[in-house]
Amino acid sequence: MNTLKIARYQLRDVMRSRWVLLYGIFFLLMTDALFRFGGSGERVLLSLMNVVLIAIPLVAIVLGTMYLYGSREFTELLLTQPVRRRSLFLGLFAGLALPMSVAFVLGTGLPFWAHGGLAGGTGSSLLLLLGTGVGLTLIFASLAFLIALSTEDRIRGLGISLGVWVFFTVVFNGLVMLAIYMLADYPMEKPVLALSLLNPVDLGRILLLLSFDISALMGFTGAVFRRFFGSGLGQGVAIAAMAAWVVIPFALGLRSFHRKNF
Amino acid sequence: MSRERPRRARTFAAMTVVGIALLLLALAPRPEGTALELPGSEAAASARATAATQAPTGHDTATPHQSHEGHAPATPSRPETFTGTEHVVGRGERLERISDALEVAEAGDRIRVRGGHYREGPLTIDRSIELIGEGWPVLDGEGEHSILTVTANDVRIQGFILRDSGFSHIRDHAAITVEESRGCRIEHNRLENNFFGIYLARAHDCLVRHNDIRSSATREATSGNGIHLWDVDRVQVEDNHITGHRDGIYLEFAQGAVIRSNRSEGNLRYGLHFMFSNESFYVNNVFARNGAGVAVMYSRDVIMSRNQFLDNWGTSAYGLLVKDVQDSLIEENLFRGNTVAIHSEGSDRLTFRLNRLERNGWAVKILANSQDNYFTANNFIDNTFDVITNSRQNPNTFDANYWSQYRGYDLEGDGTGDLAHRPVRLFSFIVETKPVALILLRSFFVDILEVAERVLPILTPETLTDENPLMIEVPGGEPWA
Repeated sequence: MNTLKIARYQLRDVMRSRWVLLYGIFFLLMTDALFRFGGSGERVLLSLMNVVLIAIPLVAIVLGTMYLYGSREFTELLLTQPVRRRSLFLGLFAGLALPMSVAFVLGTGLPFWAHGGLAGGTGSSLLLLLGTGVGLTLIFASLAFLIALSTEDRIRGLGISLGVWVFFTVVFNGLVMLAIYMLADYPMEKPVLALSLLNPVDLGRILLLLSFDISALMGFTGAVFRRFFGSGLGQGVAIAAMAAWVVIPFALGLRSFHRKNF
Repeated sequence: MSRERPRRARTFAAMTVVGIALLLLALAPRPEGTALELPGSEAAASARATAATQAPTGHDTATPHQSHEGHAPATPSRPETFTGTEHVVGRGERLERISDALEVAEAGDRIRVRGGHYREGPLTIDRSIELIGEGWPVLDGEGEHSILTVTANDVRIQGFILRDSGFSHIRDHAAITVEESRGCRIEHNRLENNFFGIYLARAHDCLVRHNDIRSSATREATSGNGIHLWDVDRVQVEDNHITGHRDGIYLEFAQGAVIRSNRSEGNLRYGLHFMFSNESFYVNNVFARNGAGVAVMYSRDVIMSRNQFLDNWGTSAYGLLVKDVQDSLIEENLFRGNTVAIHSEGSDRLTFRLNRLERNGWAVKILANSQDNYFTANNFIDNTFDVITNSRQNPNTFDANYWSQYRGYDLEGDGTGDLAHRPVRLFSFIVETKPVALILLRSFFVDILEVAERVLPILTPETLTDENPLMIEVPGGEPWA
């Protein structure tokens, strides 16, 4: 009950600061513009993919960090009341992740609906895109909470957030590339598959790729990837990895929230 | 705790977000067709004109073939009114077996076969007759032998269902075999579940038209070709539908063949397999979902136009494979959804123009042993990789094509971009050497590498550029439709 109350309060606070609105409008305008200039739903999805994979983690992690620092006083106030820390944490998290997910889903989904881009096979691809976007929102919001709870210094926390974002979007892939070149003599298909599970951005990208870029992926290597992620087992593993990425940072954040001496 | 500090931190973070978002927007792919600079359509038209004037020798070879197009088949003309004797075969008729009729008929006669199921062993037609089925009589190979073999000139076979020819590792059993003759016409038949479908060996000036050829082959080693042409001159193959064979249409040593308006799909190996067949012409065909697409090899003066190469997916699937082909013209074709749309190996002086290459894995894979090929006025749209080659040298020319990946501008407003386009991407090079790197496709990291490479090419061929990339798609309806 308390969780809901806190979430509702935070929701009102978040709406008042209008950034969620801007965030939603950003996706709305972007998708709409892509439709107006680009045409078919499939193309729009391809263009959106880059935005989703780069912008969502960035916004979620940066805003999440700021949000938790910003609600520091509110948190301290509530902790003096008979409120369980668990409910408070959940409420804070829902107050951030919920409006962001809704803004993203509406901002992207509405133009699709308005332009009739759901025809053909794009419906399921759009669902996948929305699912990936929401998943990344949750993951990076959890990471943000974890970071904000572990450092007192706001600027430093923000720096770490940006660092984490750069690591998952750029550095990680650089390391994968390095590994591929260094270990060129070994069959690398499976290790590379395993590596991709360690990065939620990569995981999202590969899942989306398999629904769009099938023809290029049909080479031998592509066939290996496709067979893995296309099979029931592969999809199960991918979804489980995605879920683990949400749950583990969230649980860690909750634990440090419990232990933190405010 | 003061109210000031969070606000400052918030402003700082907000500015960071906005800054990075702007950066992302700049890097994000520009949606196709947004062309801030709208060039006049005459630009594309002039590109078309240029293409027309610059087309090399391949075009000249069109002339002899085009005389075929739209005229009566190359078979010797026959009198309009039939003057021979008619023999009727069927249950209750004087002749109950086709073999009996074949014995009594003389050159110039016609045998009409009534509907029914005929199991007569292998039949041979050694006189110039017409064999016409009425009410779809079934000729059954009983899974053991060839069905019809033609050894005489000017034989016509029409209106039969030919079913279950035998399979053999030694002999090429076929539903219809034509050997060492001229002027056969094979029209409006339905071939079901045969080893080879129609097999022409040293049969010249034949017409194979409106046949529906189906089989359900599962292994290459135990299946034959739908239409098999070996050492034939001036054969026309039109309006056939072939599916489930090894190769849909197979040509070897076929000079001056015309392959038109056929549909070859779902065959195990190639939709069309074309070897040592010079001065041939294929137009308006559809090749879809074949194991390895279409292969044209060891031929010259071939014209391929207005064909559709669709959905040929697989580890070694091509829309069109050209290997050791010279002086040919490939124009106005549609390539969509193939793993590799065009693969060129050891082929020289080919002209590719006005083709539409859409949503393929690799649009053009051209090995450096292919020289003096000319690509112009093609539309490259939404392919994962537009061009890939295996050398830093570039002996081929790309000029005035439309590239959906082109990000330049056109300040002069002449319809062509002011900056040259480099269609070979760094990442395609990386994937070529380290296929596993494919897993990084469309990642931000690769995008950053691409930008760096574009500014200062180190790995990609410096001279493989399109100096006049078009700003809008080359117009023109859908000639293949």
